[in-house]
Amino acid sequence: MSDVSNTLGGTPTKDGAFLSVRDLKVHFTTSDGIVKATDGLSFDLERGKTLGIVGESGSGKSVSSSAIMGLHRGTNAKLSGEILLDGVDLLHVSDEEMRKRRGRDVAMIFQDPLSAMHPYYTVGNQIMEAYQVHNDVTKREARKRAIEMLDRVGIPQPDRRVDDYPHQFSGGMRQRAMIAMGLINNPSLLIADEPTTALDVTVQAQILDLLQDLQRDFDAAIIIITHDLGVVAEMADDVLVMYAGRAVEYGPGKEILTHPEMPYTWGLLSSVPDLTASTEAKLIPIRGNPPSLLNPPPGCPFEPRCDHVAKVGGDLCKTVLPELTPARSGGNHTKRCHLENPDEVYEAEILPEIAPDLVED
Amino acid sequence: MWAYVVRRCLIGVILILAMTLVTFALFFATPIDAARYACGKNCSEEQRNITRAALGYDKPVVEQWAGFIQGLFVGRDFPLDESQREAAPDQVTHCGAPCLGYSSFNAKTINELVADALPVTVSLAIVALVLWLIGGVLFGIMAAINQGSFLDRGIVGATLVIYAFPSFAIAVFLLNYVAIKWGVFPYPKYTEIADGGVFEWFGNLLLPAVTLALLFLAGYVRMTRAFVLESLTEDYIRTANAKGLSQGKVVFKHALRAALTPLVTMAGLDFATLLGGAIITERVFNYPGLGLLTIQANAASDLPVMVGVVLLAGSFVILANIIVDVLYAVIDPRVRVA
Repeated sequence: MSDVSNTLGGTPTKDGAFLSVRDLKVHFTTSDGIVKATDGLSFDLERGKTLGIVGESGSGKSVSSSAIMGLHRGTNAKLSGEILLDGVDLLHVSDEEMRKRRGRDVAMIFQDPLSAMHPYYTVGNQIMEAYQVHNDVTKREARKRAIEMLDRVGIPQPDRRVDDYPHQFSGGMRQRAMIAMGLINNPSLLIADEPTTALDVTVQAQILDLLQDLQRDFDAAIIIITHDLGVVAEMADDVLVMYAGRAVEYGPGKEILTHPEMPYTWGLLSSVPDLTASTEAKLIPIRGNPPSLLNPPPGCPFEPRCDHVAKVGGDLCKTVLPELTPARSGGNHTKRCHLENPDEVYEAEILPEIAPDLVED
Repeated sequence: MWAYVVRRCLIGVILILAMTLVTFALFFATPIDAARYACGKNCSEEQRNITRAALGYDKPVVEQWAGFIQGLFVGRDFPLDESQREAAPDQVTHCGAPCLGYSSFNAKTINELVADALPVTVSLAIVALVLWLIGGVLFGIMAAINQGSFLDRGIVGATLVIYAFPSFAIAVFLLNYVAIKWGVFPYPKYTEIADGGVFEWFGNLLLPAVTLALLFLAGYVRMTRAFVLESLTEDYIRTANAKGLSQGKVVFKHALRAALTPLVTMAGLDFATLLGGAIITERVFNYPGLGLLTIQANAASDLPVMVGVVLLAGSFVILANIIVDVLYAVIDPRVRVA
């Protein structure tokens, strides 16, 4: 297995990691050609730890996590690589086996809890259903368990609210109910797909707190998919930055946020408003749009939007896809960039723009 | 909620009254002398005038309409002319509210005619509704979950071909081949449940009901297919899959549930339309329902029957609209306002 990851550019392999994704590819065949939504993704995750996957819309975050859930089965998606959960390759278990693991071993909570819940069934009914699929229990027991879970995620008067319909819940309560539904079978891996994007800022913090709290109790591994670096800073032990279906930077969360070495990550950091920063700090959006995954550029996919191409000699960025190589700062930090000295460029050019106070220190 | 139902019912009553007015205006705009037809062949001028007075055709149209409306609420006595009633008290026919009129052609009140014909039509409509709903929903789901496959195209294509056949062709085929030549079913003849029991009632209704159901099947297959496909793309279906539910549960409990709302609406309205009488099917199978009654009335220019049947059929549609709107609240909890 370590051979495989080495050829991929030296993703650090922790043998026997709880969740180990190796060279995951998800390709969709369309009438216009093959869309490479995820193209060679590798990462590891231990129980009780959180991985944040960051990237713009269309970078392949959700497609990759749906692959772990086995939700591409029955579609025209072509998957390859390995998804090892506790040693079992989820890509090679039968559909029925995968269905049984779904919701029991791996659970997922979604971005918009209003559309993610069925409008015609009560919240309790939907939570009970998740429990009854995987446990041979009576309706009464399932209901008791659903009320218990609603109480656990902080829904007031759970024995009464259990009979409410989703539209009778507030946005934050709906997401709490979704979390209750996701965790009711004590899954060992929880995938949260932009769990706070559709919520108020104040509610966002509560939901993140709740997730961390529950993670401690259930000792679950969490993958949190987001484009909000604030969420990543709060939650993630490891961070994976995705761009055009590939990892462009991967490493410990603190490293990525303080010493990013890939211009795309710089762009993401520059796009985050910081309330505590001085008024001189600029908010710099990344220009342009993500490339089409149908006809990705032959070289670095970020090249058309990158401001630092001139610092790399020749047309290397245009023609050659950079490998995922260890970052200059060392450790488990890897990045996909041709720049010789990205750390110096960051310190000299990016940091003064986005956080002038930090430079003076 | 109740205020809403009451308001809808009031509007319904107003609609029905307006409908009678239009029907009256239309029928009396025709150059037919209703009295001449009501009186029958070999009718002298004198007899014709008597008939005219008996049915009130000598009065202005507005007055006739007012009399009809009055009959709807308090009933009427025929012949309408008071002197005729006094001359032959034993021949007076009382038509209780809601009186739909009197057919001198049949020498019966329209209410009596409808009372005979309506159970036939209702039986036919119910069995047809059940058949096309079950068939339409099942085939529609089958097509939806096999979208783009041969099965999908086969189902949609086959129902379209059936749809392209006029219902009289299907009716004649079923009657001549299935019933008479092959003898799969006995020659269908309407039997009441009280006379022959549920099985005989159903067995006799099957062929005409199939004819009617086939007429609606294509539409319901396509609608179910479209609605289920649409709801299968919803986020809550992904949630249902993520829970690890079986495909059957995902499709039947989650996707179909959402698709049911528009289907129920359509089915309610189509059913109401059928209650006005399935003219062609009832004619071919010679089923004495409202459709056959209408044809006979039309052939004999029996205007009172036609006014009565039109009013009845229209009322069914209006009533069905109200019921469907109320059902919405039952089906969709989001409409159920506190």
